[in-house]
Amino acid sequence: MRSPATLRRLGILGMNQRNGDYISLYNERRFYPLVDDKLKTKQLAMAAGIATPELYGVVEIEHQIRDLDTLLGHHREFVIKPAQGSGGNGIMVIAGRRGAQFVRASGVSVSRGELEHFISNILSGMYSLGGLPDKAIIEYRVQPHSVFDAVSFQGVPDIRTIVFRGVPVASMVRLPTRQSDGKANLHQGAIGAGIDLASGHTVDGVWFNSVLDAHPDSGHAVRGIQVPDWDALLELSARSYDLTRLGYLGVDVVLDRNHGPLVLEYNARPGLNIQLANQMGLLNRLEKVRALETIPESAGERVALGKRLFGQ
Amino acid sequence: MHLKVLALVLVITAVGICYYKVSRLGVPLTPDASAEVWTVEATLTFDGDGRSAKAALAIPSDPPGFTVLDESFVSSGFGLATEPEGANRIARWAARNLNGRQTLYYRVVLNEDADANRERERPVPAYPSIPEYTAPERAAVFALLENVRSRSADTASFTQELLRRFNDPTADAEVEVLRDDSARPLEQVQRLQYILAGARIPTRIAYVLPLAEGLRHGRLNPWLEVYNGEDWLAFNPINGHQGFARDVLVWHVGQRPLVRLDGASNAQVDFSATRASRDVMGLAQQRARLLNSDILDYSLLSLPIATQNTYKVLLTVPLGALVVVLLRNFVGFRTFGTFMPVLIALAFRETELIWGCILFSVLVALGLIVRFYLERLKLLLVPRLASMLTIVILLMAGVSVISHKLGMEHGLSIALFPMVILAMTIERMSIVWDENGPKDALLSGLGSLAVAALGFVVMTNPLAEYLAFVFPELLLLVLAFTLLAGRYTGYRLSELWRFRAAARAISRS
Repeated sequence: MRSPATLRRLGILGMNQRNGDYISLYNERRFYPLVDDKLKTKQLAMAAGIATPELYGVVEIEHQIRDLDTLLGHHREFVIKPAQGSGGNGIMVIAGRRGAQFVRASGVSVSRGELEHFISNILSGMYSLGGLPDKAIIEYRVQPHSVFDAVSFQGVPDIRTIVFRGVPVASMVRLPTRQSDGKANLHQGAIGAGIDLASGHTVDGVWFNSVLDAHPDSGHAVRGIQVPDWDALLELSARSYDLTRLGYLGVDVVLDRNHGPLVLEYNARPGLNIQLANQMGLLNRLEKVRALETIPESAGERVALGKRLFGQ
Repeated sequence: MHLKVLALVLVITAVGICYYKVSRLGVPLTPDASAEVWTVEATLTFDGDGRSAKAALAIPSDPPGFTVLDESFVSSGFGLATEPEGANRIARWAARNLNGRQTLYYRVVLNEDADANRERERPVPAYPSIPEYTAPERAAVFALLENVRSRSADTASFTQELLRRFNDPTADAEVEVLRDDSARPLEQVQRLQYILAGARIPTRIAYVLPLAEGLRHGRLNPWLEVYNGEDWLAFNPINGHQGFARDVLVWHVGQRPLVRLDGASNAQVDFSATRASRDVMGLAQQRARLLNSDILDYSLLSLPIATQNTYKVLLTVPLGALVVVLLRNFVGFRTFGTFMPVLIALAFRETELIWGCILFSVLVALGLIVRFYLERLKLLLVPRLASMLTIVILLMAGVSVISHKLGMEHGLSIALFPMVILAMTIERMSIVWDENGPKDALLSGLGSLAVAALGFVVMTNPLAEYLAFVFPELLLLVLAFTLLAGRYTGYRLSELWRFRAAARAISRS
């Protein structure tokens, strides 16, 4: 246990303060639907020229499930997810086909009927916020860049950047482990590794609240990995502010082997774990950006600003 | 700033209304306060002798130590008027052609109220002239008065000292002369008046009714009142205690007789009294009516009893919500559904805490098992929820039947669990279980149960229940607090633990 005064001195951002002083002041509610609905996000991003995984098709009504074959076309690998899912729930990754069966990334076979039931669950709102009817998105399955191969177990590592008033303030990469079952969720046992904003290389990782040097599955060092296309990735994150108009934004980017950084989703209520991964408090950084009188117009300048202010 | 002003306004409003109700209307702040209520009846009987007759009966007028809640007269065939007369109040009955024994009733309902010493009508008396004492009397009176004066400081202590000496069984010679041990109490008091006139102290007799439960054929006792230049001070003539005792009712004062008849004869007055503990709220209501205050007329107490009972429960819900706010935003508990624990806590009212927790756990565990089986059937969401609802109700019925067979009657009260909420909780718990693992699901489940249990303890606290119902304006305080909590941006207790590693690492670097 630490005293509140200690946490305050170290600049740790708490849940109440995040909600009260940042989200409620900088994120206008009318912009939420844009980020809560991944289909809208994707369409907006495509229009703005922000790279996202290619959209194969959308299932909006139960009836369309029968035409799944036309939607899927020749694609052997794809991802099905709810448009309004939260916390990475309700995502099915198909890594190939075996005869009439589909094969999940974990190697488990899925029958056509099971796939249809899964989509139907998405439509009925099982994974959406508030249980409202939802749409199912079928999109390109990201081929993870090899840079994190040694430190991730299955799954796709993703890079979360907090963008405040358009300025990147902190980044981390979330590395799936055997324990997290290939999911990039720190809570379930994924590793969170902070990234130095200036250079784009990883710093220490954190696994279940304790500092970690090596990946628990592979034994490889987590520290010191250079994220490729770092500047492009940061600029993608910074430009997302112009798109979403959310002052306090979490941008999730994946690195694709062929297409480079792709925006996976936006989060209007990004969590506080980035502080654990980076072992630093967000508050000081946020206050620095809050104190700025003017924020540069161009995303490139904002990236430069963030790197200058918060790089090590 | 705006928020703080709003909260302040709410607090002032709540405290203001509450203060008014407590101080002016005497609404008690604790639920167990019950006040003694006396019903006192005076029965006046007399013989009519064929003519038109009038009867005048002195009746209490703002008696000290009591509040008059209600008065009634039973006097069919008589004209009735009440009017003040000096320090007294008189009820006048009149009728024509009266024959035979007549009975009139006066009934008054009184509430003991120590603060009710309102200014009575106290005409300033003239100072009496010194009576024409006989020679031996004169010597004894002045010796006694001189003796008493030397041992007293003011009229009150003077009177007390006199009463002490006058009643002392081993009295001095001069007291023996003045005292007549065979005299009736009234004559004794008149005797005291006679002596006090020697010191030129104005006196009068107050006739009081000693109240006793089940009193019948009660008689008025004379008390001595002396005037000290500002106030009439009352003394018990027997023991010299100052002030009216709590259980005596001042009926009338002064020379005028209790009853005066005109055109009739053989008046007799009989007193009876009964005592009851009345619930204080009823008294406060009656007092509010007497004070012409509308505030309680428009309160929840004006509703039918059944509706009142509903509100007694409903008004504690904000307290449950307050517990949720405290535990979630300040401590950092995780629960299924924001206010699900409050509804569970309401259900605990019937099951009681321990059994409530056991039944809730049993039901959720059984529900989860069924839910995991349903998962394999690949049902659509809404039909699946509907099935869960049906199954939850069947499970509840099953638990009731089995626990009844086992002789555990507590299992029957499970019927009051909010089954829709339970079905949703089981559904959400199973999804969390699948996606985030059993640890998360159990943590949130236990969090919900803990919040429900704490909410139950707060919501069923008798004082909290009473205050919320009788002083619903106090809920504005709860509102003010929750509004302020809405801008609490400090850490949650759980975060002090959560960020301990990060804090350690930062402190090191």
